[in-house]
Formats: sequence, C-alpha cells, structure tokens
Amino acid sequence: MELINSILTITLRAGTSLVLATLGEIFTERSGVLNLGLEGIMLMGAVTGFAASYYTGNLVFALLVSMTVGAILALLHAFLSVTMRAKQVVSGLSITLFGSGFAAFLGQRLGPESNHFRLVGLSGARFEPFHPAVLGDIPIIGALVNQDIITYAVYLLIPLAWFFMYKTRPGLWLRAVGDDPQTADAMGVNVLRTRYLYTVFGGMLVALGGAHLSLSYTPGWTENITGGRGWIVIALVIFSMWNPSRAIWGALLFGGINAVQFRLQASGTNIPASFLNMMPYIVTILVLIFITWWETLSKKVGGPASLGTSYMREDK
Amino acid sequence: MKIIFEKRKSHSVAAMIAVPVISFVFSLILTGIMLAIFKANPFITFGAMFNGAFGSMMGFSETLVKAIPLMLTGLGISIAFKLKFWNIGAEGQLTMGGVATAGVVLFLGDSIPPTLLLPAALLTGVLAGALWAGIPAILKTSLNVDETLVTLMMNYVAIMFSEFLFYGPWRDPKGFGFPGSKAFPETVWLPRILGRAHIGLYFALVAAILLWIVFKRTRWGFELGIIGASPKAARYQGIAVGRNIVLAVFLSGALCGLAGATEVTGIARRLQQGLSIGYGYTAIIVAWMAQLNPIAVPFVAVLMAALLVGGDQVQMMMGLPAAMGIVMQGMMLFPMLAGSLFTEYRVKWIRAPKRAAACPEGEA
Repeated sequence: MELINSILTITLRAGTSLVLATLGEIFTERSGVLNLGLEGIMLMGAVTGFAASYYTGNLVFALLVSMTVGAILALLHAFLSVTMRAKQVVSGLSITLFGSGFAAFLGQRLGPESNHFRLVGLSGARFEPFHPAVLGDIPIIGALVNQDIITYAVYLLIPLAWFFMYKTRPGLWLRAVGDDPQTADAMGVNVLRTRYLYTVFGGMLVALGGAHLSLSYTPGWTENITGGRGWIVIALVIFSMWNPSRAIWGALLFGGINAVQFRLQASGTNIPASFLNMMPYIVTILVLIFITWWETLSKKVGGPASLGTSYMREDK
Repeated sequence: MKIIFEKRKSHSVAAMIAVPVISFVFSLILTGIMLAIFKANPFITFGAMFNGAFGSMMGFSETLVKAIPLMLTGLGISIAFKLKFWNIGAEGQLTMGGVATAGVVLFLGDSIPPTLLLPAALLTGVLAGALWAGIPAILKTSLNVDETLVTLMMNYVAIMFSEFLFYGPWRDPKGFGFPGSKAFPETVWLPRILGRAHIGLYFALVAAILLWIVFKRTRWGFELGIIGASPKAARYQGIAVGRNIVLAVFLSGALCGLAGATEVTGIARRLQQGLSIGYGYTAIIVAWMAQLNPIAVPFVAVLMAALLVGGDQVQMMMGLPAAMGIVMQGMMLFPMLAGSLFTEYRVKWIRAPKRAAACPEGEA
C-alpha cells in the first residue's frame, strides 16, 4: 500500500506537466493547427519561469512570465503557419529548434555573475506540495491531495476544458474550424482568428507545463530539462483522441512510467539505467502504433479533419 | 487596397536565392540586437565568430570537421523531406551508424583482413543507419503511423543504447573509469585531409552530386518528385508509392549512418560520449535553408558549422554562451519559412474600387 501510494504520488506529480501540455495542444490541434514546437515552448517556459522565480521569488509572476513567453512563441507559429502558410510541421520544428537553443542560451546567460551567468545549480522559490491534515494521511486519497497548487489546477482544468469543448458554442466553433474550415467560414466563424486564438492559448498551457518542471517537479534549471516530454505530448494528444477528458490517462501512464523508473533506480536493480530511461520513448512508439492500428481498424478517426493544412478562401 | 496571393505554377528562382540570403541577414540583425541587450558588442562578437570559423587554418579545419556530418545528414534529410516524410531521426540514425561501425571494429577486427576492415565497418554503419530509418518508414507505409514522432523517439532510444554500450559491456577496462570503448586500431582511422577534417568530406561531396543527378536526371528521381508533390497523383500514374518511400527513407538513413560511421572512425576513433552534438537536428535547418537542393547542402552546412565553431570561439574568448550559434541558426528559420510564401505564391497588390470594398464579402 505504501508503495502504491508513493508511486501514485510521483505519477501525479510527473504527469502534471504532461496533462497541461496535452490540454494545450488539444486546443491548438482542434482548431486545425499542428504545433510541433511544444518541446521548444516547454523549455522556454521552464527556463524563463525559473529565472523569474529566482530573481523575484514571486511564483505567480514566474508563471505569468513563462505563459507570456509561451504565448509569444505560439503566436510566431500561428503567424508562420496561418498567415504565411508555411508548412505546419516545419514551422513547429523550427520553434522547437529555436526554443531549445534559446533556452540553453538563456540558461548560460541569465544567471548571476557569481554563478558565471549560469542558471544551472541555482535554486529559487518553488511550489511545495500541500499536506492536508486528515486527508493527506489516507492512502490513495493522500496521493491525490498531497500535490502542489498547479496539480490542483489541473484537476479543475480537465472537466472545464471538456465542458468548454463539447457543451458551449465557442467550443463548437473551435471544433468546426478544425474539422471543416470552409463550412465554419460560411457559418460566419472567423477561421484565422480562431486558429490564432487557440494556438496562443495552447502555447500558454504548454509553457505552464514546462514551468511546472522547473518550479516543482525537478526544481531548478538543467539543459534539456524536458527530456523529450514535448514530443511525448504530441503522442498523448493522439492517445487521448483529441478529447480533454481523456488527456489524463496518457499522462498518468507516462507519469507512472517515470514513477516506476524512479522506484526501480532507487531500489538498485540489475536493469541498466539506460534501459529504464528508454522506457517512455519505447512505450510512446508502441502506443502510437497501437492507436493508429486501432483507429484504422475501427474506422474511427477522432482527429480534426483539417489538421495540418492551412486555410485560405481563394484556395477553394 | 487589397493583397492577393496567387499560387505560382513553378517556384520563383529569384525568391529561392533571395530568401535564404535575407534570412541570414535577418538572423544577424536579430542576434545583434539580442547581444546588445546582453551587453556584448555585436560587431566584435560577429567578428570573433567569423575569425574563429575561417580566420585560421586550424579554425577552418574545425569548421570542416563539423560541416562533414552536417552535409551527410543534411543530404539524408533532404531526400526524406522531398517526399514529405518528416524524418527528424537523423540524430538516432547517425548514432546507430556510429555504434554499428564501432561494433565491427571492436569485435570483428581480428577476423577481417586489415585492408577490408575500414570499408566493412563503414558499410555496416551505413546499413545500420538505413535500417534504423527503415523502421519508421515501414510503420508509416504499412500502418500509417506518424513518422515525426517515431523517428524522434528513436533518437532517444539510439542515444541511450549507445550510452548503455560504452558505459557497460563495451567500456574499455583500461580506460581509468572513463566511459568509452577501447580506442580503434590505426588501420581503421579514416584518413585526414586538413587538421582533423577527414575524407568524409569527399563522401559528402560525391553524395551531393550523385543525389543531384538522381533527382534531376533519373526516372526514379522524377517519380520521387511526383510522390512528394502528390501521392495521389503518383498512385494514379502507377508509381509504387509505399515501396518508393521506404527505399528513399532507407537512403536517407544510410547517409545519416555514414555520418556516424565517419565521425566515429575519423574524429573520436572510439565510441564515446558526444558522438553527435545535435548534428541531426541542425541538419534539418541545413536541409531547409538549402531548400532541399543537394548541391546547396554542402555550402549551407559549412555556414552552419561556422556558426557552431564561431559560437565555441566566442565562448572561449568572450565568455558568451556557445549556444549563441544555435540561436542564430534557429532564428534563420523563421524568415525562411515566412519567405517560402513568396517562392510559392505571387503577391499582388490590387487597388480595389471603392464600391467593391463596400460589398459584403462575408468578412466575419
């Protein structure tokens, strides 16, 4: 029981950044924009959030900074892929390449002089998990409540996102834009504005996911702190079939892998660390194969039909 | 006034040359502003970067050292991108190429005649890269599994696999705890031309010319072009789309594998940490800046390598982050992407008559 409890606690903690980024990308992709820049946006969110917390000690400000940075990068992606009609795959890749390079640069430059201008090795304000008096000591429930405020926000965000997407008018418009931009346009929905809006909103959530890494899960800045999470999220979006309510499962699965890995390493197994570290990536590939195979088999494609294509009235 | 985009029948040649040049200048300006913000003189910094990369024989040879793997992987990626197969797994394919080459040298060194050992090792590396790329290619063509994710995930797997080897079973017992394999015997050292720059350069240049010929002059290249433009159209013309994609991606991975094979025999001469310093990712920028043209790839690769060497240089001399070179590379991509609109579309400014402007156009 003790073991399950501790694994579940770490799972939720590790899964928080994944859920946030998954929700963000679901919104973006629902509008028909594929953003492969997640890895770069998460890294930028992590480095700027950490720097802000280090210098001001104000965690709310740190989150605002990292969300603003995420919004700017996502805006760039929207400009390139929606307005300039660049290929979304390449534009997203560019965001990732630039973002990871720039995050590394900032990590080597934003620090104090005493640390050779580096951010590595510093510690700043961080989110501490709560430990409510009675609930926190009950197994399983304790794992759910002994979390930081961002994880609590995620508990709220998932049902809200689902409700917004399936039960409200703007949610309907959003899905319409992603599925059939021509019809949405004819219905009077501004396709380009919708795509801009949700790409930027998604980018903010993704950056928040990055900030959770540097401000809570693995506090501090290390280069490549995300370790490919941005890419795993792209797979999680497919795994969730673009439905916010299912975002939690993929994140739990991968958070769980992290937790098990963590436990195994702590207990000193014979399995080489490299193989344990490979697990999330291999599982991602396997899950992706399975989901794709299952979707073709059941002819049930949950993805927005216009995903990845630019929209232009004259192109009809 | 109204702006209209008209799709061009063929890409504008002028724009294809102007856009990368403008992008480079744009990136210089932006990085310059950034440097100024961080209280470094941009002119002195750029001067130091240029000097570091081209100013001395030593610097130039180091630029070539980094340009060689960028050329090979850049060419590899260009092939795949032409088919809109988004192979971002060059890093992993390079790593597996290096691992396989090292494996042959370390374990078959005694059973293969010395003169054949190097070619055999290089070929195995090429094959390993091709096979590593072949997995996502087959998954894509048979099950339609997204190749972007699979190729990327396989990078992590490949790198961790190589780490497992040189930290574990392949580790040199006499290496004083240093993680890395035994040093290769001199018979398999790739001959060097200038400084540490090795004959991998010739391989890359020959590959660039051959690819250009394949794409411009052969039936196969022509078919690949059709598949890239429209798989549907290719299918109607009776082209075996799936098989051709797999073959092309094999070739793509083979070149990346060759990059790893030449790195491991030409530079480190053992399998150790840092076989690839993100070449596979920078190669995406190389391919894109070269607009997937094999002849342009070597030139762009030298430029990108110069930014890396220059970045290292300003770190050593001025204490600026080495990542600056990478930031500059990244910044080049955005104007490049925005500019592709002008190579594909013709922009027309139309002075709309007043009455037309008042017409309800359904602008929501």
